[in-house]
Amino acid sequence: MPLITYRQALNDAFAEELTRDENVFLMGEEVAQYNGAYKVTEGLWKRFGCKRVIDTPISEAAFLGLGVGAAMMGLRPVVELMFWSFAYVGFDQIINNAGCIRYMSGGLINVPMVIRGPANGGTNVGATHSHTPENFLANTPGLKVVCPATPYDAKGLMIASIRDNDTVCFMENTLLYGDLGEVPDGSYTIPLGVADVKREGLDVSLIAHGRAVLTCLAAAEILATEHGIEAEVVDLRSIRPLDEETILNSVAKTHRAVLVDENKPFCGVSAQIAALLAEHAFDDLDAPVLRVTALDAPAIYSMPLEKLQLPDAQAVVAKVLSSF
Amino acid sequence: MLRIRRFEQQALKYYNQGIMGGFLHLYNGQESVAVGTASLMNGHDEIITAYRDHGHALAVGMGMNECMAELFGKGTGCSKGKGGSMHFFAPDKHYWGGHGIVAGQTPLGLGLAFAIKYKQINGCAVAFLGDGAVNQGVFSECLNMAALWDLPIVYVIENNGYSMGTSLERSSAVNGSLAKRAEGFCVEWATCGGFDLYELRANLGAAMERARKESKPMVLEVSTYRYYGHSVADANAKKYRAPEEIELYKTDYDPITRWQNQLLKEKTVTQAQIEKIDDEAKAEAAAAAEFGIASPWPSEESIFEDIYHEVDHKTEAGQTGRFFFSE
Repeated sequence: MPLITYRQALNDAFAEELTRDENVFLMGEEVAQYNGAYKVTEGLWKRFGCKRVIDTPISEAAFLGLGVGAAMMGLRPVVELMFWSFAYVGFDQIINNAGCIRYMSGGLINVPMVIRGPANGGTNVGATHSHTPENFLANTPGLKVVCPATPYDAKGLMIASIRDNDTVCFMENTLLYGDLGEVPDGSYTIPLGVADVKREGLDVSLIAHGRAVLTCLAAAEILATEHGIEAEVVDLRSIRPLDEETILNSVAKTHRAVLVDENKPFCGVSAQIAALLAEHAFDDLDAPVLRVTALDAPAIYSMPLEKLQLPDAQAVVAKVLSSF
Repeated sequence: MLRIRRFEQQALKYYNQGIMGGFLHLYNGQESVAVGTASLMNGHDEIITAYRDHGHALAVGMGMNECMAELFGKGTGCSKGKGGSMHFFAPDKHYWGGHGIVAGQTPLGLGLAFAIKYKQINGCAVAFLGDGAVNQGVFSECLNMAALWDLPIVYVIENNGYSMGTSLERSSAVNGSLAKRAEGFCVEWATCGGFDLYELRANLGAAMERARKESKPMVLEVSTYRYYGHSVADANAKKYRAPEEIELYKTDYDPITRWQNQLLKEKTVTQAQIEKIDDEAKAEAAAAAEFGIASPWPSEESIFEDIYHEVDHKTEAGQTGRFFFSE
């Protein structure tokens, strides 16, 4: 399989879907002529033209709402947020409209839209540009939330998301865009709601999504070589639907769980999974469920302190060791 | 117009008895706007509105029964009791619903217009908003994008003079008219009265035809008036405006009475025919209320239906909450 970047994997997914379905179009700030702030949409405007790949004004509420309206009419918009942090400007459109219209119309109206872009801290850009709102979005029944960690997953999940009949909030990560991985040519899908065991292990389950999965894999390597502990790494891949079965199976096997989340701990995804384990895996657990999350403060600008704020492999290793 | 008025008067009766819940934003006095627009729709036009949506729903041909049952929160309602007063929808009638967040529907209307242009359909989108909604930022964003992309949309501001309980003078900086704000976005605008159906239809028709033919947006401000408060729960409706003002509009500006008088003058209908139409509307509304009351509540299982598409489609994958492709 060819080795390509996470960024290119997404680009390939768009090209595949733009070719396959004329109802698919891309829209967002500087996605077309500028080729995308993070070059995820590079070359697509040139190839597919300005009807299919569209630059918008800086008007998140309007273009997110436009996407919802167009999706109601049967188009399949893929709307880029330059940062997921900017979603807050258009939250009315995402939550009240994309998230609720199917329900409020008694199932008459679908909103098959993908809202995508990078959601992450760790890039030294301060609080307003570092939000990772997957917990807010997953708290809205009607929305789906996807967070791929690898180029292979990014492509397969993106194609699945574009073909999905509901609104998918697709959360990428600027720190992953340059990562290389094996990705097949052509079209393939990864179903939403199916987690992936990225590394098998018997001693502890490390459960994460997005870039934190890579942190867990690095931690698992250290745990194996330096401490003889075999960690299993569960990549959630999507937060909603959540693959509870894979999580519970893993914990039933390892009897220990450490949840790793680049989001804040309070009401975060890790809190949801801790609750799941408390309700359904209590008898399987040999130790308390532990969490390694971002520190509970707005993202700080100062570089060394921001590094402290986000979980790294050493922090995960320390937390695992404390559970034995 | 009579059907809308009688429908809402029936609804008000049961709302006041406490049998109906939620909010009830009545359209009484404004009926001409929805009816005028619906009468001009060409089968490819799409419309969307805000929370005062009963009139638009009935005007495009939704049935009184399904609408009334929705107000009662019953499973036979147009949204299966999940939407309520502010959320009637009928996509098969090109009606994309009532929406509860002020101005939240304005970008959705833009999306309808975008889809019309994208699919090269000979139609336009009409998005209704109130005079209060022009002060939401998203509406300004929409005007900019509509002009920038030449989208075939008519924004109809139903200006009834009050933004909830705050008069126009106290809620909007008005420089001649609200529609005039469109000038700043290079969008054509016009104003017209909403009390005379012929005048209203002429203006609406011109705006819609221009949108269809030239694929250009337009803002049309229609002056109108509501007889009840912002919603029925608005107890101060007669305090922030003089009771005499309400009476004046009812007696001198009522769009139904005016049109009836016009038709009588033209000898298009007789007084007896008008009375017959009104009696039928009253009977239909009363029967709809009975239907609504007699209808069953939605089933408990329905709480978890209509959230996700594939969950409602009974495939093996749907039942586990996962989506697999049939390819």
